[in-house]
Order: sequence, then C-alpha cells, then structure tokens
Amino acid sequence: MATPILNLDDLISQDYKHGFFTQLEADAVPRGLNEEVIRLISAKKEEPEFMLEWRLKAYRHWLTMTEPHWATVSHPPIDYQAISYYSAPKSRKEGPQSLADVDPELLRTYEKLGVPLEERELLAGVAVDAVFDSVSVATTFKDKLGELGIIFCAFSEAVREHPDLVRQYLGSVVPYTDNFFASLNSAVFSDGSFCYIPPGVRCPMELSTYFRINARNTGQFERTLIIADRDAYVSYLEGCTAPMRDENQLHAAVVELIALEGAQIKYATVQNWYPGDKEGRGGIYNFVTKRGDCRGADSKISWTQVETGSAITWKYPSVILQGDNAVGEFYSVALTNHYQQADTGTKMIHLGRNTRSTIVSKGISAGHGRNAYRGLVKVAASATNARNHTQCDSLLLGDRCMASTFPYIEVKNPTARVEHEASTSRIGEDQLFYCQSRGISAEDAVSMIVNGFCKEVFNKLPMEFAVEAQKLLGVSLEGSIG
Amino acid sequence: MNPEVRDHYQAEFARIATRLPGAEVAWVRAARAAALVQFVALGFPTRQQEGWKYTSVTPIENSRFSLRPSAAPRVTAAQVAELALPGALLLVFVDGRHVPELSPLDLLPEGVRLTSVAEALARDPEPLRMLLEGAVGLEATGFAALNAAFLADGTCLYLAEDVVLDAPIQLLFLASEPGIATHCHNLIRAGTRSSAVVIEHHVGLGDEAYCTNCITDIALASGAQFTHHKLQQESAKAFHIAAVRVKQGQDSRFHSGSFALGGGLVRVDIHVSLDGEGAECVLDGLYLTSGRQHVDHHTCVDHAVPRGTSHEFYKGILDGASRAVFNGKVIVRPDAQQSDAFQTNCNLLLSEKAEIDTKPQLEIFADDVKCGHGATVGQLDPEQIFYLRSRGLDDAAARGLLTFAFAAEVIERMPQAALKQRLEALLRGRSPDAVKELL
Repeated sequence: MATPILNLDDLISQDYKHGFFTQLEADAVPRGLNEEVIRLISAKKEEPEFMLEWRLKAYRHWLTMTEPHWATVSHPPIDYQAISYYSAPKSRKEGPQSLADVDPELLRTYEKLGVPLEERELLAGVAVDAVFDSVSVATTFKDKLGELGIIFCAFSEAVREHPDLVRQYLGSVVPYTDNFFASLNSAVFSDGSFCYIPPGVRCPMELSTYFRINARNTGQFERTLIIADRDAYVSYLEGCTAPMRDENQLHAAVVELIALEGAQIKYATVQNWYPGDKEGRGGIYNFVTKRGDCRGADSKISWTQVETGSAITWKYPSVILQGDNAVGEFYSVALTNHYQQADTGTKMIHLGRNTRSTIVSKGISAGHGRNAYRGLVKVAASATNARNHTQCDSLLLGDRCMASTFPYIEVKNPTARVEHEASTSRIGEDQLFYCQSRGISAEDAVSMIVNGFCKEVFNKLPMEFAVEAQKLLGVSLEGSIG
Repeated sequence: MNPEVRDHYQAEFARIATRLPGAEVAWVRAARAAALVQFVALGFPTRQQEGWKYTSVTPIENSRFSLRPSAAPRVTAAQVAELALPGALLLVFVDGRHVPELSPLDLLPEGVRLTSVAEALARDPEPLRMLLEGAVGLEATGFAALNAAFLADGTCLYLAEDVVLDAPIQLLFLASEPGIATHCHNLIRAGTRSSAVVIEHHVGLGDEAYCTNCITDIALASGAQFTHHKLQQESAKAFHIAAVRVKQGQDSRFHSGSFALGGGLVRVDIHVSLDGEGAECVLDGLYLTSGRQHVDHHTCVDHAVPRGTSHEFYKGILDGASRAVFNGKVIVRPDAQQSDAFQTNCNLLLSEKAEIDTKPQLEIFADDVKCGHGATVGQLDPEQIFYLRSRGLDDAAARGLLTFAFAAEVIERMPQAALKQRLEALLRGRSPDAVKELL
C-alpha cells in the first residue's frame, strides 16, 4: 500500500501559483532601525504627537528585549538593521482620489490575485480595504458603512481622524511591552486597518482586508484594531497572498480585538504568503501577535484561520474572557509542506464567570513540514463554571514531516470543566483503498480526505472564504484540490 | 549557582566523601567528584526551564540539609512489619542506608542477585562501574548530579535469563531523621525473558522536613517483563525527588505505577525509552493531594524504533490548597513507524484553592503512527451525586464514594494483590467515615 503515499511527493510538490512580482516604484525608508527612522515613519504618516511618543516608548522597550527562541521553529538569525521599515507605493504621494487615480500596475496585481475592487463592490458586497505594502490605497463601501456610524479605514487614517478612539484602545489588548515582535511592531507599524462598530449596530457586510507583501526587503508591520461596542456585531476577513520571492521577509503584525458587553467579533484569516521553494529557500517569516479581549459580559470573539503559506508561521490568536458568560472560539487549519514550519495555537484565558471556549485545531504536515500546536487554557480562580473543549488533530503525509502538540492546561477553579483531546495519524490506507475502489484517483482521494479532515474548520469560514481556503489548500498540497 | 549553596554542598562533600560506600575505590571517588563539579555547574533547576515551569525547588535550594544521617537507624522490626507487604521479598533502607538486619533475604531463587549498592561497592564494585560513571547522563539535572555525588546506597538487582521471580520485591525506604538529604540509586537489570515485580515504597516516619532524592535505572533485555510500582508516603513536609529511567529491549514489557500520596514538594520523572522493536509499556499513576502539597509528575515515552506501544493512564484528586502538575510527553522518532501511543490524564478538583497544571505533549516525526492523548479537569458529576443521594446517602458520603471510585479505577489496574489491597486500604483511610462503612 506504499504506492499512493509515494505518489504524494509528486502531488505535493507543485509550485506556488501566485508567484509574480509587480514592478512598482516604492517610496522606501533606508534600511535599518533607529529613533530617526521611527520619527520619519511617524512624520510621513502625519501622525499626532501621542502616536510618535508611543512608538518611541515601544522602540526603547524593544531595545531591552531579546528575541524569543522557544518555538519549535528554526531559521537563520534575523538582522533587524537590514530591513527597510517603511515602504509605500509612490502613487500615494499624490493621494489617489478614486480608483482611476490608482497605479494601473497595482490594479493589475489585484486582478491577478482575484481582488477585483470595483467588481467585488457590486458582486460580493464585501468592502475591501486593500493594504498594498503598508499603505491603504483604496477603501470601498465607506459611505454605506458611514451611514451606520461604522468606521472602517486605514489605520493611519484612523490615527489622524479618530485619535481619541485610537488612543483609548491601542495597546489595551497587546501592550507595547507584550513580546519582542509586538514591541517591534508597536515601534514601526506602517499601516493596517481600523474598525469601530458603534453600540447596537450589526455590520451589514463582511469587512475584508487584503494584505500583500510586495516591495523587496520590506518588513510588513500591520496593526489592526477592531472595536465592537456594546451589542455590536462584525465579521472581519483577512486574506493574504504574496509574490514569489527569494529573500526571507519578516512579517510581525499585531491584531487587537475588543468586544464590549454583548458584542461579537468574528475574525477569519486565510494566509497564503510565499512559503519558500521546495528546498526551503526564501519565504515569509510570519510572527504575529493576535489577541482579542472579551471585555464585556456576554461578548464573543471567534478566530478562524487557514494557514497554508509562509516559511515560518508563529502565531497564537488568543482570547481573554474577562466578561461573565463570554465566549471564545478558535478554529484553525495549518498546513506545512516542503520545509515550512508552523508553530501555532491559541490561548484562552478564562477570568469571568460562566466563560466558555472551544478550540479546534487541524494540522497537516507534508514533505519536511513541521507543525506544532501550542495552546494554553487557563482558568483563573475567579472563573466559576468555566468550560473548555479542545480538539487538536494532526494529519501526517510523508515520513519526514513532524507534528507536535503542546497543550498547557492550568486550572485554579474547581467548578471548571476542561477537556483536551488530540490525535495524530496519517491518511488511512483503508480510506484510500475505499475511494480508489470506487474509481476515485489516489490524488482526488487524498484531496477529499484532507478536505474532510478540515471541514469542521472550513464550515466556520464565511462562504467566499471557505471556497478560497479549499483552493489554497489545493495550491499548497497538490494539483487537484478545489 | 548561589555561592552559599555551592559552599554548603562542597563542605558536606569534603566532610563525608571518605565515609561513603566505595570511597576506597579510585574510580568511585573520581565519579563522585566529577558529579559534584557537574552539580555546581548545573545548579538546581529553575522555573525558567520549561520542565520546571510549574515547580519551584527554591525551598530545597534554601534548605541546608545534612548529607549524612547523624546516628544509627532507630527503626523497630514492628514498624517494618506494619509496612511490609505480605509475601514480598523485603529490603529495608533507613535514611538512605540499607539495614541488613531488617531485611531478611534468605530465599532468593537461582539466577536472582539482589544486594544493596553499598554491599556491591564493598565486595565487587567493577560491574557497577559502567552504570555509575555514566549515571548523570547527557540530559542531566542538578538532582541527578547531586545523587551521583552523594550516592550512599540503593539496590542492585540482576535477573538472569529466563528467571521468573514470582514474589514481588519491596524496597522500603524509611525516613526517620529530620533535616537530612538521602541519595539512593537503584540499578536493575533484567535478562532475556526474565520477569519480576519491584515495589519501591517510600515512607516518612516523622512529620519533619527532609529530602529524598532517589533514582531507579531499569534495563530490560529482549522479552523481559518487568513491573515497577512506586508508592510514596513521605511526610507532609518532606521533599521527594525521584527519577525512574527505563530502557526497553525488543518485545519487552514494562508496567509502571506511581502512587503519590504524601510529600510536601514532590517531583517524579519517569522516562521510558522503547529501544527495541515491539516493546510495550504501560504507565499508570495516581496522585492524591491536599493541604499545601505540590506534586509534579513528568513522564516521557520515547518511541525510538518501530512497533512500540505505550499506554499511559494518570489520575489526580486535588484538595485543600494543593497543586498538582502533570506533563506527559510522547516522542515518536523518525522511522519509528507503527508506533501506538495513547495517554489519558484526568483530574478531579475538590477545593477552591487547588490548582492543576496539565500538559499532554506529543512530538511526532514519523507518519505511520497512532497517537493520541486526552486530558480532563472537572468535578464530580452532579447526576451521579443525585443518584446516590436518592439511595439514601448524604452529600458528603456520596461525594466520598464517587471520589473513591475515581481513584480506584487506577488501583484496579494493578495485578499485584498485596499492593492493590494496601492501596485500597490507604484510600479508604482517607475517605469520610460514612464511606468507610460502605466499603
């Protein structure tokens, strides 16, 4: 029965489909990092004084920190002075007033990626705030959202136009002292998205941002801040693809979610950055800090992620369940192929009474891929009747890959109920045999089984993302999926 | 390492090294001295180390234990008789030293060699050389180094090929003198297709603080079947650091049990290497904590070659302001195909101040494997309590009975009748009076 497994190597060695490089004139700050660079970034973005102060505090703190090495990932040392910390498309200088003003090259890039800004406006009803190398160049549906009082804009715009909101919430979930990469991000973040849903408002459409790394040697340091005020609801999509690239690129984003009383935030990610070539050269280093804070009672934060790209993924979307009856969810599919490495998971910090959390993590390792689930479920003494269920499954495709599980469970309250289950297996020979005996090729059978394995998570994605997620899984794993 | 701590151990070493067993043998002296150097370099583990994240040994570091008992053992035969398991071959150690007069070993079958380490070092030290010189090992901790430096006694057990020892061997470690630290090392070699049961039993006779640092090394040749159970009833203030290190040959079978009932600060490391194809191990454990006890179990099963099987079943009941830690690691090395590893850890929290930190951990480098784990933290099922109450039990009795049943699930897995009865009696002793009447 070794035959189909051997064939897997051919199936999973397909090249990256979204590999292309757009020639754009970039307005980049020289490489290296010092206070001058931070002042320059802040000045270029015309930020108010408090923002610069905050960046500088973060930078000074970052200088006192050392890079962490506890994750089960390995990479050559990162030279933080060899990175250019700011890059904006040139056309930004004139400030595109409408899509007609946007660099046609940029628009073509989006088209190739399937981000049809103007069509999507009409067809999909999705507002897209596209981040192209750090600066937001186009935002749609803004007027419609504005009628409801929803603020959805580039982070830099929010800093200028809603400084009070930014000041109140920025760093309140992920402080600038949080960790090495979050501090770095706080010092140099270039742009990102900002979203505020006023009390009682249900955001009528899925908000969406496409991040894309383009200029060579430009670290990406997005900062996303989403606030759902009392009883508000928002579903947010983040998707990424990146062009073929040789040099490693550091990506250290920070995402902060704040759900006040009765509010609900759904955050979905499909990440498909360049994973490096078959020998493990190149690819993105994706070191991300994502955290949500269920600050009010009856609030809910849900993370869904499909991680198929990046050479190294290192992120733990977490939820702090402060409010009573708060709910936290984490649904994840992480796929590593060739020499990709993923160390991902979540933290559910139960502080309020009757708080509940669910964790479903599916890891797929192929080739020399390394996949680790690392999670923490913490029930504080105050969290009476807390409840957690964790399920993490690993699927192994190939005998040189690796799957690890590091679930930490810390319980200080006797009324808590915490369950953790994990399994690791490969695609069953009997499953393959059954499919093949029904006339399904080995390749199709593998894709079917992998999709079935991930279904629980894909079901949590919004419709259009679920389709894309399956496609990305296909691109990353083999030719025929999707 | 804190200079005061270093000075204390170096001074103790200078004081007693020449009086430790085997001190007249050059390589033993050299191995001890090397281990002390290693201990000074390593120091005690800190919470910055991942394996000690939840367990601080600062109280041990801050204690200035004497490394040698001050007086001859004062334990009576009656005290020993009370603790001896019926039908077992008994070896008694008091304050870390073997007491032959309390250990009547006259009926050993042929092919079984059972002596104390002190005796072996005095009569024929050479066979121990390999074992003791490499005792600290590569993944050393400060405790292993300390044990090697101050090694005072322990058990040597050799089983020849095809020897089947029916009677269990009970290694009874009694602690009678407060303020001392004892370092024992048990060395067990089981020959091809041999079979034996060893019960390592630690009992604190007083209620004062002392420190037990005990290592058990077990090597199983192919086809050997070996059982090692550890019953720990140290005093409430005692420090108990134990390591069980097992290497399994082809098609060997190992059953481990760890029953942690006593001790103030307890750390047990159980490391099993499945080095031969088709080896199988079962690790069972039960920790019952109350008061301010801190009990930490770290188990590791290393599937190094194909077709290994490991099944692990640990349960804990936590009361008072106690804290328990469980870390169960399973490694499946590259090419260790067709490994089968399963692990369960269930915890029952009975009090508001108790805390459990559990981490079942899998590291898998092969694809044709079946691995899984489950961990739960919870409390008694209200419906079960309701059922028992509807049968006329009061709340306390219903809870006591269900708690007993929760623990009994592990005890039932022990095939040795004498041990099982002892464990049940101990468990019954901890139950409320109303439950004792029912059982």
